[in-house]
Amino acid sequence: MRLISDPKVVVAGGFILFLIVVAIFAPLIAPQDPLAQNLLTATLPPIGFPDAEPGFLLGTDGLGRDVLSRVIFGSRVSLTVAFVAAGLACLIGSILGLLAGYLGTFADTVISRLVDVWMAFPPVLLSILLIAVIGTGLHSVIIAIVVIDWTRFCRVVRTETMSQAQMDYVTAAQAVGFSRPAILFREILPNVVPVLIALLTLEMGIAVVVEAILSFVGLSVSSDTPTWGGMIAEGRQIVHEGWWVLAAPLAALFATVVAFNQLGDGLARSLDPVLRR
Amino acid sequence: MTAPKTMPRLAIEDLSAISLRDGNRPILRRVSLDVGLGEVHGLVGESGAGKSTIAKAILGIIPSQVRIAGGKIGFEGRDLLTLSGSALRAVLGRDIALVPQDPTTALNPSRRIDAQMTDGLRLKRGLSAKEARLRAHSLLEEVQIRDPDRVLASYPHQLSGGMRQRVLIAAAFGLEPKLVIADEPTTALDVTVQKQILRLIRALQERHGTSVLFVSHDLGVVAKICDRVTVLYMGKVVEQGATAAVLAAPRHAYTKALLAANPRYDRPDTGLEPTPPEVITALRAEIAAFDAGSGEARDG
Amino acid sequence: MADDLLVARGLVVSYGRRAAAPVLHDVDIRVGKGETVGIVGESGSGKTTLGRALLGLVQPTAGSIVFDGSDITAVDEHARRSLRRRMQMIFQDPMSSLNPRHTIGRILIEPLLLHGLADNRQAARALVHNVLDRVGLPRNAVDRYSFELSGGQRQRVGIARAVVLRPDFVLADEIVSGLDVSTQAQVLRLLKELTGEMHLALAFISHDLSVVRSICQRVVVMREGRVVEEGACERVFSAPQADYTRMLIDAIPLPVVDPGWLNRGSAADTSASA
Repeated sequence: MRLISDPKVVVAGGFILFLIVVAIFAPLIAPQDPLAQNLLTATLPPIGFPDAEPGFLLGTDGLGRDVLSRVIFGSRVSLTVAFVAAGLACLIGSILGLLAGYLGTFADTVISRLVDVWMAFPPVLLSILLIAVIGTGLHSVIIAIVVIDWTRFCRVVRTETMSQAQMDYVTAAQAVGFSRPAILFREILPNVVPVLIALLTLEMGIAVVVEAILSFVGLSVSSDTPTWGGMIAEGRQIVHEGWWVLAAPLAALFATVVAFNQLGDGLARSLDPVLRR
Repeated sequence: MTAPKTMPRLAIEDLSAISLRDGNRPILRRVSLDVGLGEVHGLVGESGAGKSTIAKAILGIIPSQVRIAGGKIGFEGRDLLTLSGSALRAVLGRDIALVPQDPTTALNPSRRIDAQMTDGLRLKRGLSAKEARLRAHSLLEEVQIRDPDRVLASYPHQLSGGMRQRVLIAAAFGLEPKLVIADEPTTALDVTVQKQILRLIRALQERHGTSVLFVSHDLGVVAKICDRVTVLYMGKVVEQGATAAVLAAPRHAYTKALLAANPRYDRPDTGLEPTPPEVITALRAEIAAFDAGSGEARDG
Repeated sequence: MADDLLVARGLVVSYGRRAAAPVLHDVDIRVGKGETVGIVGESGSGKTTLGRALLGLVQPTAGSIVFDGSDITAVDEHARRSLRRRMQMIFQDPMSSLNPRHTIGRILIEPLLLHGLADNRQAARALVHNVLDRVGLPRNAVDRYSFELSGGQRQRVGIARAVVLRPDFVLADEIVSGLDVSTQAQVLRLLKELTGEMHLALAFISHDLSVVRSICQRVVVMREGRVVEEGACERVFSAPQADYTRMLIDAIPLPVVDPGWLNRGSAADTSASA
């Protein structure tokens, strides 16, 4: 009801939903086999440009593969990483953040020191090291993102929990006789959720970009699976002969990241009674 | 309404303001009030009465959602509302100073008192750094701070609320302004400290002949420091006159209701009277009639 | 004199590791059944800490707090939770004491279900309607959020939350300090009526001695963590024994013009110390 009245949620959420459908039904939607090479149809421009051929809406790459179909299949990897990696980082980080912020004292000291030490490692080095140990592949990308980015959630949630725990409504709940878990999950958590939603969707955007970067340098899934980052890497090499090979995955990446961020903004605004005011 | 004998220092005439956010709802309704030379004039009312809007209008810091719809703020023969930004800034600080409500947020937490007090003296009075520092020192002595050097070297968080308010009063009066706007200057303080601060404001004001517009919600405080008082309700002046007369024999039902709601330790059986509904109904009707009347006046 | 309901003896409270400088030093206080006791003092007097300790929200370093025969500093968490229903609190700032993301209905219904005063939401809702009627709020307030109400209405919700559990003792901590005098008068009237109807004992913490004089039977004057004077309001206000009480009373500005007031009395210039 309220969600549908917020233009940000409708447009950005609609785009993400569309992307999810496309990813799930990629084999049905894609006009061509994304892996089919044909040197006779190599570097054809998108429809509307001279020498374009029907059937290749966004043109073809250097090996004659259909760019649109590859972008469509590439969304599978990007979305999987966005949801699974960001979701897990959020879950682990926020649970630890809630505990540190609410329990304080010993739990807080242990968790906070862990975060400090963790964050002292350079993230790029950490992810390359990690992938060197556990090998390349989708699961490695996800693990790398979770391992690096849970600290972001932990820090923000801890601070927010601590400031909420100072509020009188928490004392009021204590005075009424609610148990500690009830206070944490029913009183404090709803007040942390708006921040969490914004952070989660931001992280989804970041995860998509990180996956693209790792694909770009060849540390993500094997090269026979189309990914946006891989396509950008290939497109870069032939940018003078076929700019569209670079432009199409870049545009998809850009639109996805913007959509995630806008969705977070809109969701926080429309789900939260305080911000809605 | 006792007319001041000489030309008043501040003469607000028919000041009207509306809230742009709230369907052009009036927040000041043709308010007129004078602050005479060397007079302390109380501006009382409950929250939303428009007290602080008047103070902000004088200081030229009206929030963006509020628009002045008419009237004049006369100060030394000029209308402050028509002054350009730079002309107004020249007047503020030099001729008009503010004692703010909350001494905890009115001082910059990351600068020493020294730096914050000398800023105005150097900018508005053209003193050198050394002169300003000496002046700040003597100003703090004037507000009865016994150890000015230590206070000057302190950061705001190292001082108590009462001390911070003394510093702010010293800074305001130190520029030797002709008019001081005191915006609920004792609301955040304990009663014993409040009494000291009121005593201090009165003493400085008398010594320098400063005019003071004293904004307050507390009739008790107003009784102790103000020569005259203006009572506001929903942006309209409901009663105005010498403080002694207004408090001893209030003429408007709203002023009576305010006094009746005020608890008094010396009369435990009176006070805490909720405002009778008929008084509120009559007030609303009075405001509605006023709005209709002034609307016609404008149209005609 | 009424039977004792809450008796605290030798209370000492220190925060953190600063055991050397306690916030409360050896405080004794008693509140009789159905009695309203004012706790007054300036900032730093320890009155808020005393209130929180009486409710068991702050653990005292020493001393005992006996509520209706049982020492609440000694009982276990389970027993204390059942005492919770009988000891409630109204807060200074109704804005921060009402969860901004819960509706007023939820804020009032959940305590009823927690303590089993209603078997289901339906029954709880009926009780909530009654209490809303009693504190003078419209029934549709249940679907509102705290920020949609005025300051006076929020404080009525705060009172409703405290009395809906039918407690024996309520702590009110500076509950009218942010309100206009006319709203303050309404809220205090309501509280006074409720204490009478429900035979409620009330500890009323305030910095405003005039308010305390009008609604309390007894008063405890605190300064720097110690009780400096205690007695019936009538006696304390007419013949204060402690100099500090005298000074506090003298500093109250009555709405009466009195040219000598400002320079009289001993609101001693303690100015110089920061």
